[in-house]
Amino acid sequence: MKRFQNLKILGRKHWTGDLVTKGKAIVLYGYGINCDYETQFALSNAGFEAERVHVNDVVAGKKKLEDFHLLAFPGGFSYGDDLGSGKAMANKIQTSRIGSDTFEAHLKKFIAEEKLVIGICNGFQMLVKLGLVPALEGKYFEQQSTLTFNESGRFEDRWIYLKGNKESPCVFTKGIEKIELPVRHGEGKFIPANPKILEEIKSKNIVVFQYADPDFNVTEEYPLCPNGSTDSIAGLCDETGRVFGMMPHPEAHLFFENHPRWTRKKECLLREGKEIPKEGQGSPLFRNAFNYVKSKLL
Amino acid sequence: MIQRIEVALKPGFTDAAGEGVVSGIKSNLGIEIESCKTVDVFTVSGPIEEAQLKKILFAFYDKIIQDVSLSPIAQAKDFNYLVEVGFLPGVTDNIGNTSREAIEYALGKKFGKELSVHSSRQYLIKGDLSSEQIESIAKNYLANQLIERFEIFSTEDWEKGKQIKASIPKVKEDFEIKVDEVNLDVSDDELVNISREGTLALNLDEMRAVRDYFKQPEILVERKKQGLGEKPTDVELEVLAQTWSEHCKHKIFNATINYKEGDKKEQIKSIFKTFIRGSTEKIGEEKDFLVSVFHDNAGIIKFTDDWNLSFKAETHNSPSALDPYGGALTGIVGVNRDALGTGKGSRLIFNTDVFCFADPFYSGNLPEGMLHPRRIFEGVRKGVQDGGNKSGIPTVNGTIVFDDRYRGKPLVYCGTGGLLPAKINGEPTEEKTAKPGDAIVMVGGRIGKDGIHGATFSSEELHEGSPATAVQIGDPITQKKMVDCILEARDECFYNNITDNGAGGLSSSIGEMARSSNGFELHLDKVPLKYAGLQPWEIMLSEAQERMTLAVPQDSVDDFMALCKKHDVEATVLGKFTDSGMFHVFFEGRAVAFMTMDFVHDGLPEMILEAEWSPEEKAGAEEKIFSTDFSGDLKKLLASLNICSKHYVVRQYDHEVQCSSIVKPLTGAMNDGPSDAGVIKPIYDSWEGIAVSNGICPRYSDIDTYHMTANAIDEAIRNAVAVGADPDYVALLDNFCWPDPEVDEEKNPDGKHKLAQLVRANKALSDYALAFSAPFISGKDSMKCDFRMGGEKISVPPTLLVSAVAKLPDVRKAVTMDVKCKGDLVYVLGETKNELGGSEFLALSGKIGKNVPVVDAEKALKLYRALHSAIKKELVASCHDLSDGGLAVALAETAFSGELGLEADLSTLSKEDGMDNTQILFSESASRFVVSVSEKNKEAFEKELAGNSFAVVGKVNDSNALLVKGIDGNQIINEKISELKNSWKKTLDW
Repeated sequence: MKRFQNLKILGRKHWTGDLVTKGKAIVLYGYGINCDYETQFALSNAGFEAERVHVNDVVAGKKKLEDFHLLAFPGGFSYGDDLGSGKAMANKIQTSRIGSDTFEAHLKKFIAEEKLVIGICNGFQMLVKLGLVPALEGKYFEQQSTLTFNESGRFEDRWIYLKGNKESPCVFTKGIEKIELPVRHGEGKFIPANPKILEEIKSKNIVVFQYADPDFNVTEEYPLCPNGSTDSIAGLCDETGRVFGMMPHPEAHLFFENHPRWTRKKECLLREGKEIPKEGQGSPLFRNAFNYVKSKLL
Repeated sequence: MIQRIEVALKPGFTDAAGEGVVSGIKSNLGIEIESCKTVDVFTVSGPIEEAQLKKILFAFYDKIIQDVSLSPIAQAKDFNYLVEVGFLPGVTDNIGNTSREAIEYALGKKFGKELSVHSSRQYLIKGDLSSEQIESIAKNYLANQLIERFEIFSTEDWEKGKQIKASIPKVKEDFEIKVDEVNLDVSDDELVNISREGTLALNLDEMRAVRDYFKQPEILVERKKQGLGEKPTDVELEVLAQTWSEHCKHKIFNATINYKEGDKKEQIKSIFKTFIRGSTEKIGEEKDFLVSVFHDNAGIIKFTDDWNLSFKAETHNSPSALDPYGGALTGIVGVNRDALGTGKGSRLIFNTDVFCFADPFYSGNLPEGMLHPRRIFEGVRKGVQDGGNKSGIPTVNGTIVFDDRYRGKPLVYCGTGGLLPAKINGEPTEEKTAKPGDAIVMVGGRIGKDGIHGATFSSEELHEGSPATAVQIGDPITQKKMVDCILEARDECFYNNITDNGAGGLSSSIGEMARSSNGFELHLDKVPLKYAGLQPWEIMLSEAQERMTLAVPQDSVDDFMALCKKHDVEATVLGKFTDSGMFHVFFEGRAVAFMTMDFVHDGLPEMILEAEWSPEEKAGAEEKIFSTDFSGDLKKLLASLNICSKHYVVRQYDHEVQCSSIVKPLTGAMNDGPSDAGVIKPIYDSWEGIAVSNGICPRYSDIDTYHMTANAIDEAIRNAVAVGADPDYVALLDNFCWPDPEVDEEKNPDGKHKLAQLVRANKALSDYALAFSAPFISGKDSMKCDFRMGGEKISVPPTLLVSAVAKLPDVRKAVTMDVKCKGDLVYVLGETKNELGGSEFLALSGKIGKNVPVVDAEKALKLYRALHSAIKKELVASCHDLSDGGLAVALAETAFSGELGLEADLSTLSKEDGMDNTQILFSESASRFVVSVSEKNKEAFEKELAGNSFAVVGKVNDSNALLVKGIDGNQIINEKISELKNSWKKTLDW
């Protein structure tokens, strides 16, 4: 019991209730990652048995990626963004070994087994710098794009509108065409290595989310597009749709009451005699992942 | 071998940092430059060949947008001036440290101290600048000479080959390590001199007490066995000076004060015990939520059945005046450690910050060494931003107060809340005792000369080779790693006691913890150092950041060390706790301090102070100023520094992390209205929430600190109630920042008055805490908030920050301040009185006035309970408190935040007789709200409020205008909502 005391914060029902399945998610933390608790909650709330695991326990082989179906790189400030966001953690993964194999080889195997990878904010920055997205032509670990300083030169916390790409193969975002989430980053400006890469990620529909106006039309206008991203790109996947990264935080909108205008919406709904939503807009994204795992991997 | 790695953007990419410099130089110094490009430099010193380094350059740059080179990237054609800025020796260099780790990963091997990496940045500046201008840019914008060094190169220098040489800022390490003994068997004058010259800050009585202790025969016998004599060592003297410092002992708050007010005389035995703890003890007899008050790093209250809440706020003013970024960063991560080290350890769930600055547009003279208020503002903003954001703690509430008297010392209040399980393994988490035999373990960062004599600031000039001792720079990532590690160790029950290393370093943390075991043995030579050359007393007192001290049972030491290793956190056993009754310190096997615990902690002679109160001279007569242009005055108020939108700062602080955000700092239809308080829901499977709010009214101190305090308490509680918190479940923190109240005939002749102001403030604190039944659970004071230089003395106005946490039984019932729907009725709750004294309205014309708002706590609490009941029944669509700027400002804010119009009629308002429109609109009477309610809920709402002062004053409409009718029926305000919002947003829209 004492071992899991601080996990009570995740909600007792997810830990002592009966787990209908064994869809397992690993949520990495350590070195300044700081959205690990809510990412774990988001996943367990969606049905996963989700575990926070220190990145060094993976490197040491104490926890094995192969025992999980989904790998999450949460948001935060790994290594304080000291060498550029996500860069130092990407370095660590690139240069680490797990037993006799490289960390990269383990990741490759994980992806090849059609398992899921999600990187959010700092996690997305890491995926991009590691070359796990967009990984065009299956070239994992070749950096094809980057995320760098916002045009404003500032870290900003603000809620934005995202338009989801219907045609995207992304398994996380099936059916999600409109979503409101917060961005909280200083380095979210997406830049592809060259125009050809941009063309390809567009034509292959691996642009998953773009910043939009309140009517969900894509816009490059600041602050609706908060960082000056190329083509207002906010989220990307690989060609399989199973490796996915995004700058905005779906794990920060798990409750209806996280929305910045929920008191206004609630007031209208009450007066119209309508029901108040039971969850936030970020939840379906994690549920999609769980449904995929349940139907394909279990 | 020393090599430089340079990294710059490829041509064609936006250099956001460089662009920031262009606009920053313009707004801060008024100098226009054409462009600025930046080059990041990593200077690597160590046994790495060039060929090896070339292979691992990938770790340093982003190949998509950057170039990397081992030779200079800058070309003479790229700039008129090149400025390179790097740290002084010994200053924490976070980027350098991460780079060092990156090299270790890339080469797959660990290095010792032979490898170091130092970061610096080049600014390639184009523009027609004189050499004085570039010097000023370097000195006053790019670098802070207290912690940084810079070199300037002109194009000509560069072309002639005068370029940067690879060198590293190395701390001189060739000091002789020794322990001195100090002869105290001298005259009184000499004693005072020893204290002054050693920056011990001990007065004559205290110095005598120290001398007499060491002369006692029975003490001497025991000391001789340890190889010590009747002269104290420098370690002992420094420990006593630190333990007995104002900062640690709160001597003024614990002094006996002879207080005089007119003919009335009384003796107060400790302000703290009488008023602060005294009121809490009384309240504790009826409230059952107090868990641990005043004796730990933070106060603890019960939150839910399973979880307790710890809360602490403190200031970091002096360091922030010198190095705003490092000082403020250290402030926030420092208070984080306070909450972390409370009870068995808390998980940090929110930050709340309040800053007091001088006008950032100040254009008067500044004495040499005083930074411009805007530079302080920006540095503090960035420091707290990095500290909070990088630690993953949401900043849920805060404000900025402006007054030019904060020019000498800005006030930087940082507060943190934490959640701790009520019990672990059946043991209450608020209880912690170091047991005899437990290992003393230091966890986290290493020790350097950081912050030695932090409280008193060495006046020694800094020079190449001497580490910057006064200022610490926090490293939030080292701390985050430590936090992750400690929370796991807590749940594994690996330690018996924990506290943070803040002021006073090891001396303070171990000294305090050892009170529970009654003694310890510490080996200073085992302490891990950042660099060699520290004297034993410096190791003992260093305030190097990111450290906690733990009492680890011997049979858990190995497990604990293994856990630290997993987290890549350094931990070292430094000795053990004992029950010997002795404060026992060794260096290389030899005793360097041996004193009884009793003397160290309780040997301080009591202080006796005199206080005498007379009414404030500043407070004038009642001002009869009448507004002739209500719309214009309203817009001026909205644009004034204290009232205007702080979105520039708020947006740069993460308030969403942890997915707990319910009421955000900015709210309303366009996410830009000013929330009264932050609300979070920190436990995922519970709807119970916490409101976090602050009250601060230093302007009222110009009239009476008693009412200043009453209003600050009311404001903190009122703000929490406005968002839906239960007024019967509020806990408060006090944070006093005062001008020096100790009389010095020459330097501080009016000390008695300042002490009397403090007494009055604390009388109010006690009176109103009791009346609201809102206990103070922790607090802090900073009693020397004066700045003296070149004959000029600037003292802050007596300032008290009251911070509140309050419980919301169900966050789904929380309310925001923006009007929601047209047709809703607008109510003003509470009574409006002729109380313009100290108001923002009078401040517009430079007046103070006399009629300071007087809080009627009994009426207020009754109203708060009624309002809370109405909110719980979901009868309230919006609720906004009335504070700075009074009714006019609150009506404007509530309307423009909802993007709707509002009409109000002042004649219907509940108010004192005989008031005119100016007084009604701009008085800052306490305990009031603007509330909107749907027609449908009118009856039910009024039933809840029955027996309180309230009235319908108007309606929400879709006219997009604020329309106010005066008492005589004339339209006195007719202004577009968009205009009002624009006035409010533009002032600090940087």
